[in-house]
Amino acid sequence: MASASTSKYNSHSLENESIKRTSRDGVNRDLTEAVPRLPGETLITDKEVIYICPFNGPIKGRVYITNYRLYLRSLETLSSHWRFEVDTCLFQDSSLILDVPLGVISRIEKMGGATSRGENSYGLDITCKDMRNLRFALKQEGHSRRDMFEILTRYAFPLAHSLPLFAFLNEEKFNVDGWTVYNPVEEYRRQGLPNHHWRITFINKCYELCDTYPALLVVPYRASDDDLRRVATFRSRNRIPVLSWIHPENKTVIVRCSQPLVGMSGKRNKDDEKYLDVIRETNKQISKLTIYDARPSVNAVANKATGGGYESDDAYHNAELFFLDIHNIHVMRESLKKVKDIVYPNVEESHWLSSLESTHWLEHIKLVLTGAIQVADKVSSGKSSVLVHCSDGWDRTAQLTSLAMLMLDSFYRSIEGFEILVQKEWISFGHKFASRIGHGDKNHTDADRSPIFLQFIDCVWQMSKQFPTAFEFNEQFLIIILDHLYSCRFGTFLFNCESARERQKVTERTVSLWSLINSNKEKFKNPFYTKEINRVLYPVASMRHLELWVNYYIRWNPRIKQQQPNPVEQRYMELLALRDEYIKRLEELQLANSAKLSDPPTSPSSPSQMMPHVQTHF
Amino acid sequence: MLGKGVVGGGGGTKAPKPSFVSYVRPEEIHTNEKEVTEKEVTLHLLPGEQLLCEASTVLKYVQEDSCQHGVYGRLVCTDFKIAFLGDDESALDNDETQFKNKVIGENDITLHCVDQIYGVFDEKKKTLFGQLKKYPEKLIIHCKDLRVFQFCLRYTKEEEVKRIVSGIIHHTQAPKLLKRLFLFSYATAAQNNTVTDPKNHTVMFDTLKDWCWELERTKGNMKYKAVSVNEGYKVCERLPAYFVVPTPLPEENVQRFQGHGIPLYLFLQIWCWSCHNGSALLKMSALPKEQDDGILQIQKSFLDGIYKTIHRPPYEIVKTEDLSSNFLSLQEIQTAYSKFKQLFLIDNSTEFWDTDIKWFSLLESSSWLDIIRRCLKKAIEITECMEAQNMNVLLLEENASDLCCLISSLVQLMMDPHCRTRIGFQSLIQKEWVMGGHCFLDRCNHLRQNDKEEGREGQDTQSKPLNLLTVWDWSVQFEPKAQTLLKNPLYVEKPKLDKGQRKGMRFKHQRQLSLPLTQSKSSPKRGFFREETDHLIKNLLGKRISKLINSSDELQDNFREFYDSWHSKSTDYHGLLLPHIEGPEIKVWAQRYLRWIPEAQILGGGQVATLSKLLEMMEEVQSLQEKIDERHHSQQAPQAEAPCLLRNSARLSSLFPFALLQRHSSKPVLPTSGWKALGDEDDLAKREDEFVDLGDV
Repeated sequence: MASASTSKYNSHSLENESIKRTSRDGVNRDLTEAVPRLPGETLITDKEVIYICPFNGPIKGRVYITNYRLYLRSLETLSSHWRFEVDTCLFQDSSLILDVPLGVISRIEKMGGATSRGENSYGLDITCKDMRNLRFALKQEGHSRRDMFEILTRYAFPLAHSLPLFAFLNEEKFNVDGWTVYNPVEEYRRQGLPNHHWRITFINKCYELCDTYPALLVVPYRASDDDLRRVATFRSRNRIPVLSWIHPENKTVIVRCSQPLVGMSGKRNKDDEKYLDVIRETNKQISKLTIYDARPSVNAVANKATGGGYESDDAYHNAELFFLDIHNIHVMRESLKKVKDIVYPNVEESHWLSSLESTHWLEHIKLVLTGAIQVADKVSSGKSSVLVHCSDGWDRTAQLTSLAMLMLDSFYRSIEGFEILVQKEWISFGHKFASRIGHGDKNHTDADRSPIFLQFIDCVWQMSKQFPTAFEFNEQFLIIILDHLYSCRFGTFLFNCESARERQKVTERTVSLWSLINSNKEKFKNPFYTKEINRVLYPVASMRHLELWVNYYIRWNPRIKQQQPNPVEQRYMELLALRDEYIKRLEELQLANSAKLSDPPTSPSSPSQMMPHVQTHF
Repeated sequence: MLGKGVVGGGGGTKAPKPSFVSYVRPEEIHTNEKEVTEKEVTLHLLPGEQLLCEASTVLKYVQEDSCQHGVYGRLVCTDFKIAFLGDDESALDNDETQFKNKVIGENDITLHCVDQIYGVFDEKKKTLFGQLKKYPEKLIIHCKDLRVFQFCLRYTKEEEVKRIVSGIIHHTQAPKLLKRLFLFSYATAAQNNTVTDPKNHTVMFDTLKDWCWELERTKGNMKYKAVSVNEGYKVCERLPAYFVVPTPLPEENVQRFQGHGIPLYLFLQIWCWSCHNGSALLKMSALPKEQDDGILQIQKSFLDGIYKTIHRPPYEIVKTEDLSSNFLSLQEIQTAYSKFKQLFLIDNSTEFWDTDIKWFSLLESSSWLDIIRRCLKKAIEITECMEAQNMNVLLLEENASDLCCLISSLVQLMMDPHCRTRIGFQSLIQKEWVMGGHCFLDRCNHLRQNDKEEGREGQDTQSKPLNLLTVWDWSVQFEPKAQTLLKNPLYVEKPKLDKGQRKGMRFKHQRQLSLPLTQSKSSPKRGFFREETDHLIKNLLGKRISKLINSSDELQDNFREFYDSWHSKSTDYHGLLLPHIEGPEIKVWAQRYLRWIPEAQILGGGQVATLSKLLEMMEEVQSLQEKIDERHHSQQAPQAEAPCLLRNSARLSSLFPFALLQRHSSKPVLPTSGWKALGDEDDLAKREDEFVDLGDV
């Protein structure tokens, strides 16, 4: 499928070219050249500002605002010893560059007013979704602050101004089409589906069964479409139990759904009960079906008041229910806020560990991982099939199923496999990206916003840290996903569910993030990757091993920069290059030897003198 | 006839209730299906080692899959170690034994490694010491290297329990005479077969030649000289036989000052190391507080004499760093470490997970990482003085043998790339710690004295004419294969020039790496701009500004400037190296502290995974290299594959080589502890994700 559209995507990423160009060019340049621009990106304005850099102090510069980004170039050279070389905050010809997609902006505030003393003592404070704040001071005359505020507000929050998100204006072309990466039929076929017990249903083709589910679902063979419709009435937002993953050998499954609508009166639904039993029987197991309710039990109980609840023992005889104690989206949001407080702009020094603990961030990570390990273990040991839900089955449920699948199925640990996992468990199953991230929306206090997907990526990072040879992708891959989660440059994470995306014709009108990544895969590869089929990965969900992801959360602080590139990786890459060179050399020698068997050796020097030797003791 | 008995824990079968009738015969214990015949595991004794007491039918607890089971065997105590001889060792395959320590086995605890001994009486844990009235059912030994051993004595004969328990307590706790230390009988019995490669050996600093070599290496010989006045410790027992002082100081001068009650010789400024720019690191004992004016007068004139020598050109300005008053106290370090180590001495799975929830605050409250940070920071400060300000630094401490050793060796590690080679590091420890007179006997309490009195005389090991074995001969302990693990595969030697120049290169420092000596302060921002921003800062940002911008005071700070400047440049591993000291950068050294904790092991993961890939690649490259060489020389295709260090061990534990190969099943470790209260977030936690009433759906 991927080959079909190659002619349409035949040029390379222009982004990379523009960056290369600016880094090479000289001091004099005209305005249009000063800002890297994507096809479809237009310059709106530029202003002279003072950028109040928390690490380098105030810096005078010129800021350019396009319909996609805010770009700042300092006008003076920095004093040398303060100049940190950070890749996130580029330095070119000794000037500082800020390159921020407007999509990351969550809030723009004016600082100071007309009554403030000092000529230029007022400015803008921009809060970003990616753990930083940008502060600019502007001149009072000429309404430069008002202009900048209005333009930024307009383009950072296009939805409030009836403007399109930049993804719909982006005209980038790539030589691969990321939209073809995920094809549900192919993915289910890879899993060996349909089979005798599971069928693919098109009951939701036009999203009439459940508007937040994908069009294509895998359900038990023995459940008819009518059964499904009846079950839907008993599951919150009709999110019925459907298959996420099947174990290739023991045929136990991971099934996901939303909470049952039990309510205060403890309602029951025979169809739902029977349906769960049908799921249990698909692998002919005698044991009970395991239900993991991701919530703390108190919350599950409290949900009864609003019509929700959980599967009770009386109603579901053949099921065993466990609560996984993962907190709700509000707790996670507040926790991340606290993380920002201790890392930006300055890192809490004296009580780093207790401050970190007080954010609870890693504790939440620990609980999510612990839950996923339990799911994976149940399925892998063949003890029983697993049904996972939380309240609506699009936040914690997505975290648990996708992490468990990552532990169980090495396919998802490759670059494309991971893209498929995200595309499947998150995007197609209706994780509400638009609400959780607030793309193009100015309401920064919206209670729907929450870093659930970031938390998932953090869990993946923790796993990749614990198993450094098990993942094809590197840290940069995870970071670029998070960067474009906010940037609005690609259509990948826009909208809340598949039906909305289809209405907006996202795949036709926008570019996929996977196009950017897959056309430049080498950059995102982990050199240590060792492909191992059928290896189940169980991370250790202990605080002793969980770490704050410094390269993401504290990446703006040049002081906390970790060794880049990682010395082990660097050394390994050197050895790889050396190996390739030696292999080539050996082949040449073999050829030479066979060519002139009778001739005396012509080379006077030994090869070890001619080429670099490994600089290590053996 | 003996098998593996399940003795409770986790989800396993509960053990028979402890009845203190110790005649339950092993056959009656509920055993696992597999019957294992007890193998005659022979006790491996070192030359000169003697068996003191033993007990049989002891059950050693083994943690596996969060459930404990036991292994039967013999518990013995010799004059060197406590050893458990069970059948679990036979499970080791060949590959594993290659990584084992040849002297100390997996189930051996050297007497000096014992930290605490506990007895369990009716399921209560009590510290054991002295004479016991009642003997415990279970013996728990916490080791200084953080291993925890649990032995069940329930099935052991009563008289054997008495003998082994009191034997262990006596031999690990009773005060010991120096001459009774095992190493003396070992040294007498064992042959010292150390083969020293004269070129590549650890400098022991026990000859004048060694010190001269070090002086030459660091170019310190321009201003300092090695003296032998204390040869045979005739002047002072606490000073090394040979040491280095400023050249102008007359040797006779030194002897003049003895015989006044305090050996003034102790207060000499002793050279530790010289920087390429000529500045030196010196150390000196602090003068004791004296009442007698006469003695004070003598002290003063002695010191004046020394200061005069050293303050004159060619010597640099001396900055005195008083470690006794301005730095950590030994007590602080001791307290922090005892708290810290407790975090790793974990008896069982429940304890592991219970402490896991509050792990970070437990770590912080031990202050250990903070102490590490402060040590590194102090060393960076001193490095800055020497490197950037071209000053001599004089470390001052009461005995000049604790913090002096610590700081001085850290500074050398940062500044002198030679100290980062294995030989160089071993030599550094010899120079600064062993010859520097660090009281290992007291600090590690090897003689188990209880009195806190310091500076015991007459126990000077240096004066003993015994040819003791040295720890630096690793072949005594490890097979060649395991010795390769002592090397860092990431280390790349500095490229050498061709042979003619090599000799000169060897002692040369990396001059080009030094930072500019001028104080390149950041130029103040241009006037108007500065004012504007100051206004802005004051008016708009108020109090939070301190979080936003580094205050100008901080900018003045030489340390900060030096530190930031170094970190903003790319690193040359053969030059100056400064560690990161920010909060998130100082972490627990997992490989040391977590290595014995089964719950903490990541199967097939951790740094070991990448390092073993690296080692594999290195061997591949090496074998290719050999093939190419051979082709050139003999025109024959070589057949022999280079032996792979870790072949057949694709999935090592993250604790390798401490926890060996795949001995554990692939079951995941699941936290058993629950969730800690969120406190102020409780109301949030009660909310629902979405505010939709589903009641009418």
